[in-house]
Amino acid sequence: MVSIDTDKERIYQLLNEIPDPEIPVISVTDLGVIRKVEWEDDTLTISITPTYSGCPAMKQIEQDIEKKLADSGYEKVKVKTVFTPAWTTDWISDEARERLRKYGIAPPQGSADKSLITTEPKVVPCPQCGSRNTQLTSQFGSTPCKALYKCLDCKEPFDYFKCI
Amino acid sequence: MDTKEALFKYCLRLADNNLVLGHRLSELCSNGPILEEDIATTNIALDLIGQARHLYQYAAEVEGKGRTEDDLAYKRAEREFYNTLLSEQPNGDFAVTIARQFFIDVFDYYFYKELLNSKDERLKELAARAIKEVTYHLRHSTQWILRLGDGTEESHKRLQTAVDGLWMYTGELFEMNEVDEILIKEGIAPNLNDIKTKWESKVSEVLAESTITKPEDGWMQTGSRKGMHSEHLGYILAEMQYLQRAYPDAQW
Ligand SMILES: [Zn+2]
Repeated sequence: MVSIDTDKERIYQLLNEIPDPEIPVISVTDLGVIRKVEWEDDTLTISITPTYSGCPAMKQIEQDIEKKLADSGYEKVKVKTVFTPAWTTDWISDEARERLRKYGIAPPQGSADKSLITTEPKVVPCPQCGSRNTQLTSQFGSTPCKALYKCLDCKEPFDYFKCI
Repeated sequence: MDTKEALFKYCLRLADNNLVLGHRLSELCSNGPILEEDIATTNIALDLIGQARHLYQYAAEVEGKGRTEDDLAYKRAEREFYNTLLSEQPNGDFAVTIARQFFIDVFDYYFYKELLNSKDERLKELAARAIKEVTYHLRHSTQWILRLGDGTEESHKRLQTAVDGLWMYTGELFEMNEVDEILIKEGIAPNLNDIKTKWESKVSEVLAESTITKPEDGWMQTGSRKGMHSEHLGYILAEMQYLQRAYPDAQW
């Protein structure tokens, strides 16, 4: 019989093996959407929070969690959605940011702004060549969490993980 | 009307606004003026429809009659929708799409900021999520207002026409009825008169910077708080609700 704590550690390890459906180089735990792992009687409850209200990946993440845990022998699993505190890119670990950069996505710069409106977009270094000479193409990109940039030196377009 | 009924109707109003505008924007999917805008408008649509889903889920819970988010979105008739007339106006040219979006983004920005103080925990949580998204939407539409207004002669002319044409729908954003009265008293809903002051000041500031003349307030269209709509909503619902109407309770 394993103690509850060791068990939770193992569960976190399992969750850490689940890739984000849209950005597979980071896991769902790296992304920070896993908010809580707890036992409610004999049911394992995982609380997740959406990155964006309409993020289409949330359903997929839910199913991936259920499948992963079921495959690992956890029979009764419930995934529930919580909204507070609201998800922020501040929860993405430094190590995960580095993996994003290597994958070609510029990681969020600095910490989430409260007054996004008055703030000019910060310098976003190119993930390919490191140049700081880059330009915003569009505030919206291939997924809700990204913006489009281009590098004026190496001329490559790239995704930027928006800081929210 | 008791608080529960008021809260249910309030959630429907907020959800309907987001769903209908989200649907309008989704019409631009693959029809955007440039690829980046195609992606931007559909991303905004996604945020709005996502917010609508959470609001419908909450409305269904508050009502407690076993209806689901899908029942509320797909099985209500036109007269049971409470979205603003502004949100259902057609996309028109890109200037119209942007002007409509800008007026609504400014409203949503100040509205959700106030809703963060709501005594209703769920609305407060939804506002905390939505404000981050709406801030981006507002930044996007503001930049386009500046670019089109202070752009070429043609873009300026089109934006001025769009702003003039939509102005009569902006008064309704701030209309309050019994639902608001009850919820303001409970500390659940913001007073829209306060939002109006902030909205007017922001809109004036951005229009001035974009060299667009702010229209004089004249006759303001009204009706949506009672479920009275322009001719456009029926067409939106006919398309959006088609599947559930033709094949009731169809599932994926
Ligand atoms: Zn570069």
